[in-house]
Amino acid sequence: MDLAFSPEERAFRDEVRSFIADNYPPELRGKQDEGEELGKEDMLSWHRVLARKGWVAPAWPKEYGGPGWNATQRYIFSEELARADTIPVLPFGINMVGPVIYTFGTPEQKARFLPRILSGDDWWCQGYSEPGAGSDLASLRTRAERQGDHYIVNGQKTWTTLAQHADWGFFLVRTDPAAKPQEGISFLLIDMKTPGVTVRPIITLGGEHEVNEVWLENVKVPVENRVFEENKGWTCAKFLLAHERTGIAGVARSKRGIERLKAIARVEVDDDGQPLLMNPFFRRKVADLECDLTALEFTELRTLAGEAAGRGPGPESSLLKVKGTEIQQRITELVLEAVGHYGAPYFRAFPEGSNEYPIGPAHAHRAAPTYFNMRKTSIYGGSNEIQRNIIAKMVLGL
Amino acid sequence: MDFSFTETQGMLRDSLARYLRERYDFDTRQKMLALEGGRDPAVWKALAEELGILGAGFPEAHGGLGGGPVEHMVIMEELGRAIAVEPYLDTCIVGGGALLAAGGDHAETLIPAIIAGEVIIGFAWAEARSRYNPARIATRASADGSGWTLDGDKAVVIAGPYATHYLVTARTAGNPGDRDGVSLFLVGAGTAGISRRDYPTVDGWMASELHFERANVGPHALLGREGKALPLVEELIDRATAATCAEAAGTMRRLHELTLDYARQRVQFGQPISRFQVIQHRLVDMLMEVEQAVSMTYQATLRLDLPAAERARAVSQAKAKIAKGARFLGQAAIQTHGGIGITNELAAGHYFKRLTMLESRFGDQDHHLARLEALMLAEAA
Repeated sequence: MDLAFSPEERAFRDEVRSFIADNYPPELRGKQDEGEELGKEDMLSWHRVLARKGWVAPAWPKEYGGPGWNATQRYIFSEELARADTIPVLPFGINMVGPVIYTFGTPEQKARFLPRILSGDDWWCQGYSEPGAGSDLASLRTRAERQGDHYIVNGQKTWTTLAQHADWGFFLVRTDPAAKPQEGISFLLIDMKTPGVTVRPIITLGGEHEVNEVWLENVKVPVENRVFEENKGWTCAKFLLAHERTGIAGVARSKRGIERLKAIARVEVDDDGQPLLMNPFFRRKVADLECDLTALEFTELRTLAGEAAGRGPGPESSLLKVKGTEIQQRITELVLEAVGHYGAPYFRAFPEGSNEYPIGPAHAHRAAPTYFNMRKTSIYGGSNEIQRNIIAKMVLGL
Repeated sequence: MDFSFTETQGMLRDSLARYLRERYDFDTRQKMLALEGGRDPAVWKALAEELGILGAGFPEAHGGLGGGPVEHMVIMEELGRAIAVEPYLDTCIVGGGALLAAGGDHAETLIPAIIAGEVIIGFAWAEARSRYNPARIATRASADGSGWTLDGDKAVVIAGPYATHYLVTARTAGNPGDRDGVSLFLVGAGTAGISRRDYPTVDGWMASELHFERANVGPHALLGREGKALPLVEELIDRATAATCAEAAGTMRRLHELTLDYARQRVQFGQPISRFQVIQHRLVDMLMEVEQAVSMTYQATLRLDLPAAERARAVSQAKAKIAKGARFLGQAAIQTHGGIGITNELAAGHYFKRLTMLESRFGDQDHHLARLEALMLAEAA
């Protein structure tokens, strides 16, 4: 056991750090600092820089375009991304459907989809949840009927993140309504431009348009777009959820979030006019949160080490999801507490060149919307109640 | 000991509750928020004329109904249930309280106008660097031959855009944080030298940033004694805090009901999620917070007329407890709703947003615990 990085690892860290410093798009940095909403091209710009360098998919095997890093290198890489406060690479292609395709897909599917996921040419979205199938995902009702070499798909998906930009979606559909819930499901890749696909916005508490409803009406999907066997889609679904959960811990991002919290608490003052970070109440809460984060970090590192030794992400990733999301939410609570009165104004970005400017200090603008929005983290990706069920069943054998 | 309401108090609650149920349902509220100006002024008019409740807490000598803190509590609970964006606290409790304390011509003319719904008062006590300490203010007031002149900035003045008057704290002496030197002014909103930036808040209210630049507010704007207003300001804030507790208790009660309804009808794994023990226990924990919020609200409300230290302890205990409970209950409500709780479509999310803002209004949990600690140390010394 050794916590210190080797000279090679330190050199790798320096290489990553200087690459980010030299290549992070300055326009993107400007928009982030101003709290502006990011458009599709903004979100893709950093993805493309990483793709050109071959670093966009750290966990992918080398043969499919991954960099061939070990767990320590991947850890260092994600630390450095968070340290530099880069925007996250969207998970839907890289972390979700990509691994499903290279694990379960045909050679044709791999050749067709993986390069375009890496390059960012295809934007992916996830068609899992339905209005009646949330935590109970296996009760999904979207129906795919085989007609010759096509499926005809009908149904409704919801909470589809950033589907408004998506070129492709991966969908769980029911191909055998007579089978037990988990046995009649298939995993389909659907071109979002196919006639019959309609994307409708859902506006969330902070006023954001992040998620959507996706309606599917007689959507014709070639059978060759099914991944893995018919009625075996649940295998892909479970695999994907476990992969989704490891990234969901968000340790490096939370470290960055705590740094930002501290920076805010150095500027904001308490009732006596002292910096909030000098206030014993407040700083103890920050210290407590840092303990939680260190515990999560080393739990994740142990999981990563297990993965490196050939044990795939298993039920223990549920622990990372629960604790990781609790910490992410706690950070947003403390930021909102820190900004005091200026949590209240509803933030509106004004167009460039406008004489108007938002109310209150910049660090307060998104404090409340972010707090509201981050309640989603204990709900999505399998709610934290479901994660506890998984641990109870799979780890404790209850 | 008696926790029952009088017949008059019961009628007050029933008539307001009926009005809000019939004319202020969630969809109607959302439509009002979308109107130019962010509200429907007809509601305030109706509270004044149709229901005649704006005088509930004023003495009969001023044309009021002769009630006090309990009447305020009843009204605030009902407004909280409906997450109504009506400035009763600001106008009738804080503004009215200041006028009653000051007496004189202001009280004679303005209290009847408040009761009639013609005067709305915004409470300008907070500043960008004051946090929740009403003494840590930098806005200055000085007197010359023509009266008082105000200079400075006030933060997040609720109802600022449509208030007819502002109740403003300003320094006539000393430095931010000093207990001495704080004075209280009542100024017309249209006074030259006052400029405003208006905006909506995250929970659907309208508020303003106020900028005073050589604002000559006249010789009669001072309420109470020059430089000695802090005890009165603290009392007003304690009354406002107790009212905020009542509002939060109403909001919590309704959000709990909404969550219970949702859990009963939402089916997953072949049964309503209310059948799952983890959900049942959460709903029970939420109910316990509702009941404690109500208890704490009663406790604080009934002690508002005690000497300052006892009043402060009662109010800060209530707000510290309710701030914590409101956060728990709001988060638990959203978690139980799942994704739909985070959308703007359902009422639950809007109750959650309002509760989040109520948590820190007139001081968050830390502020009130620190105040309680200071009282404890003062007592031990």
